[in-house]
Amino acid sequence: MGNADPIARRLRDLGFVRGETIKLVAQGPVGGDPILVQIGFTRFALRRSEAARVRLQPAGETA
Amino acid sequence: MSTLESALRIALVGNPNCGKTALFNQLTGSRQKVANYAGVTVERKQGRYTAPSGRTVDLLDLPGAYSLDAASPDEAITRDVCLGIAAGERRPDLLVCVADATNLRLHLRFVLEVRALGLPVVLALNMMDAAARRGIRIDIAALERELGLPVVETVAVRRAGAQALVERLDRAVAPSALPAPEDLHVEVRRLLTLCVSMPSSTAATDDAIDRVALHPVWGLVLLAALMFLIFQSVFSWAEPLMEGIEGGIKALGEWSVQSLPQGPLRSLLSDGLFAGLGSVLVFLPQILILFLFILALEESGYLPRAAFLLDRLMFKAGLSGRSFIPLLSSFACAIPGIMATRSIQDPRDRLTTIMVAPLMTCSARLPVYTLLIAAFIPEQTVAGVFNLQGIVLFGLYIAGIVSALVVAFVTKRLYRDRSEHVLLLELPSYRVPHPRDLLIGLWERAWIFLRRVGGIILALTVLLWFLSSYPAPPEGAVGPAIDYSFAGRLGRGLEYIFAPIGFNWQISIALVPGLAAREVAVSALGTVYALSGSDETIAAELGPLIAGQWPLATALSLLVWFIFAPQCLSTLAVIRRETNSWRNVAIAAGYLFSLAYVASFITYQVTRALT
Repeated sequence: MGNADPIARRLRDLGFVRGETIKLVAQGPVGGDPILVQIGFTRFALRRSEAARVRLQPAGETA
Repeated sequence: MSTLESALRIALVGNPNCGKTALFNQLTGSRQKVANYAGVTVERKQGRYTAPSGRTVDLLDLPGAYSLDAASPDEAITRDVCLGIAAGERRPDLLVCVADATNLRLHLRFVLEVRALGLPVVLALNMMDAAARRGIRIDIAALERELGLPVVETVAVRRAGAQALVERLDRAVAPSALPAPEDLHVEVRRLLTLCVSMPSSTAATDDAIDRVALHPVWGLVLLAALMFLIFQSVFSWAEPLMEGIEGGIKALGEWSVQSLPQGPLRSLLSDGLFAGLGSVLVFLPQILILFLFILALEESGYLPRAAFLLDRLMFKAGLSGRSFIPLLSSFACAIPGIMATRSIQDPRDRLTTIMVAPLMTCSARLPVYTLLIAAFIPEQTVAGVFNLQGIVLFGLYIAGIVSALVVAFVTKRLYRDRSEHVLLLELPSYRVPHPRDLLIGLWERAWIFLRRVGGIILALTVLLWFLSSYPAPPEGAVGPAIDYSFAGRLGRGLEYIFAPIGFNWQISIALVPGLAAREVAVSALGTVYALSGSDETIAAELGPLIAGQWPLATALSLLVWFIFAPQCLSTLAVIRRETNSWRNVAIAAGYLFSLAYVASFITYQVTRALT
């Protein structure tokens, strides 16, 4: 995630950082967009384009 | 420090929806709006209380922020006040950083950011009751030690739930001496491991409700059913109450003018006040029922879910799921709705939302709709359960919503906007609305409405009565006196403009004072008809009167007119303030007026051709 991208910066502020576990909770009714993800105690609705900025690894592996 | 400045200046900061405003209300005894979603408070609010030591405290309530790296206009306010760069505002002496105890992973990061500002900071761990219910245990002593900040527990929604905070604030607080950590997230994780134990990361009830409420099919069905229920209830529950009020006003009107001689005073009372104000006052029950639903939805935490469900649709139309809550508030009144857009990060999404907010049917339009529907739409039951009048009302609301989507879509096309827009919306935990809070909210709405009736509506009604009564007709004139008055002549003039859309001169007059407050259109009709009728006409019965006099085409055309018409100067003023541009005001007024005229023209001509 580049520092110049305000959306990426905000995502990082909200806790989307290396080593956190993310769970997909729900998907929007049309085209599965937006998605609802749980990170820590918090649930965020993200559009897929926003979520694409987060790099994921399958659960179980460490970052 | 001089004695004048000895008031301690404290600001409440923290993540959105952590309970800052509830704490503010608790400490200062104010009644600022609180609800269960991020972004309720979008401007700074100031209050004052006296500490146990006798010292005066000026308390600032600031909009919630996820970070001091502000992403929206409301976050920028908080950043500027915290940094001491807000225009005309002294930097606070102390910050109370409020954190939701059930959501510390997110909220502690902001606490660390605030700590680094170098001001004295007290951490208030709010919603400790909810944390306890979910089995979350926080070692306060360890947290104080590791953060280097005083930490107090609060339950802002409970009486005396902020007592510990008040006492702690009364003692001296020094800025934290600890150095700012290199990586805030690493530090938050360290703090959580040391000080907090939690059995599970979510509340089980939230998961269960969300499985239905966010379901791709059932979620939408639930949303539609909920909206439909609201409009059905507005019509069917309010009816007995409205009849009661109507009867009361009529009796009071007759009784109070009984002893008066014929003359201007009697006319002012019966034609001006009782016919005018009474016709508006009748709508109090409907407005309160509408607000009961809106308040309950706001408190429950459901609204951000609805935003989630509708985001895709609204995005296609050039809006954003974030526009949903401002637009829903606009059903109450466009003014708070337009102000609520401050929580929208994207400037273009925000502008589009502001421009279409007046299309949402505000509660001031309800009297007009109800009057016309009750007079022209037969009271029938459709499909066994639905009230036909309720369905028509629902249809008018839908028409407003659909046209807002269309206008937003056209705007998006005009600007050829292909840039990225953000959603990034936090979904809060569900909460059962507290009956006491609902009652206070309703009481306040009732009070605001009554003040409007007693203030601007009263003033305009009296003014209109005067303009409709003078100058008096010459000796030996035939026809009603109003024909010779200022208002009568004005109405006849305006009729040239409005005749193609079916408005007679009485309606044309009523639209003018309606600019200041939409309900006045109804009271103005009441006054105009009371004065133009013969003396025996009982003024309170405006509905049956117009039902007998207007063609159906005129009534439908007027209904359609009110979906669009920019008849509210306060809304235009708020658009000017929030967008800082007269151009936007001109665009909004221009497009709304054109839409209203064209749509009413089509409605009138088509209905006339068919009937």
